[in-house]
Amino acid sequence: MRYMKQFGIILAVTCVGDFLNYALPLPIPGSIYGLVIMLVLLITGVIKIYQVKDSAEFLIDIMPMMFIPAAVGLLVAWGELKPVLLPVLFITIASTIVVMAVTGRVSQAVMRLRKRETSKTDAIISAEYAKKRLEDVDE
Amino acid sequence: MNNIVASSATFGVVISILGYFIGLQIKAKTKLAICNPLLISIIIVMVVLKVTGIKYSAYRISGQYLSYLLTPATVSLAIPLYQQLHRLKKNWVGISVGLVSGALASMATVLVLSVLFRLSHEDYVTMLPKSITTAIGMGVSEELGGIVTITVAVIIVTGILGNVLADSICKLFRITDPVAKGLAIGASSHAIGTARAMEMGEIEGAMSSLAIVVSGLLTVVGASFFAMLY
Repeated sequence: MRYMKQFGIILAVTCVGDFLNYALPLPIPGSIYGLVIMLVLLITGVIKIYQVKDSAEFLIDIMPMMFIPAAVGLLVAWGELKPVLLPVLFITIASTIVVMAVTGRVSQAVMRLRKRETSKTDAIISAEYAKKRLEDVDE
Repeated sequence: MNNIVASSATFGVVISILGYFIGLQIKAKTKLAICNPLLISIIIVMVVLKVTGIKYSAYRISGQYLSYLLTPATVSLAIPLYQQLHRLKKNWVGISVGLVSGALASMATVLVLSVLFRLSHEDYVTMLPKSITTAIGMGVSEELGGIVTITVAVIIVTGILGNVLADSICKLFRITDPVAKGLAIGASSHAIGTARAMEMGEIEGAMSSLAIVVSGLLTVVGASFFAMLY
């Protein structure tokens, strides 16, 4: 029963997300509302992590398979895709690589910069502290 | 043949799972990035349908049960994200700057290339939401007057590319930090890429999940502006 109870909680949150998607006039799907609601419920402690963890891990584990039916649907979209195939394919490949490289490099650079800055201020603070202690000793 | 398949509530799921496990076997044997289990399973199912003459609509009747799980699975991404919340708080500046740059880079690349290829406005806005998760992307494309079926196709191809190429691109551009890796994969190739990030590690998976949400929302806001540019 443990798994079904956990799955039930996940589905209940998903369901609230679906309702929000219906009620609000934004192009945001129920799954995204659900993800944010689940995160808030975990942070506020309304849902404890052990109450959803096992079923969530199972769903995430099999997630790649869930894309198969939609991807096989490319067979049907082929007719519409064919006339614009070359530019569309080129743009798709190029922008996927660009976005991955830009997001990764920029976030990595900013995080490293900030890490260096904080360690620098840490070093300055500890150096000053050491100096002050030396002065204290002198006195 | 179509009638037998259409009458079954399991055929589509069975053939998809079977294709995926054949993919896993081939991946384990060859250890090549291109032998991605998701890619192989898609090709196997496509070939089976073509060879046997089974219509996609017949396969879809039972195959949809796999897709059904996608919404609760996406909601479940909150769990690894919650477990990495301290990392998110510690690195929030780098994460925000990275994701905003990523969303801008996505739409700017589509803009520049659409101008170069002299695509119509309709084709341009169809491509704009290509990096974000399917459900948001469909909404954006529809609102801007794009062709939704092509948007969905492009989003799926983008996801598969990201899933297959993630390791090589991260290596090529020397993206080694697990937080940066996860963000890069999620921002460029949404949930399909995230499936690969989850296999890389907990941090990568959590950050990739975060990127799906944030990049999706940034694109909702940014796309209407970008749509006016061309």
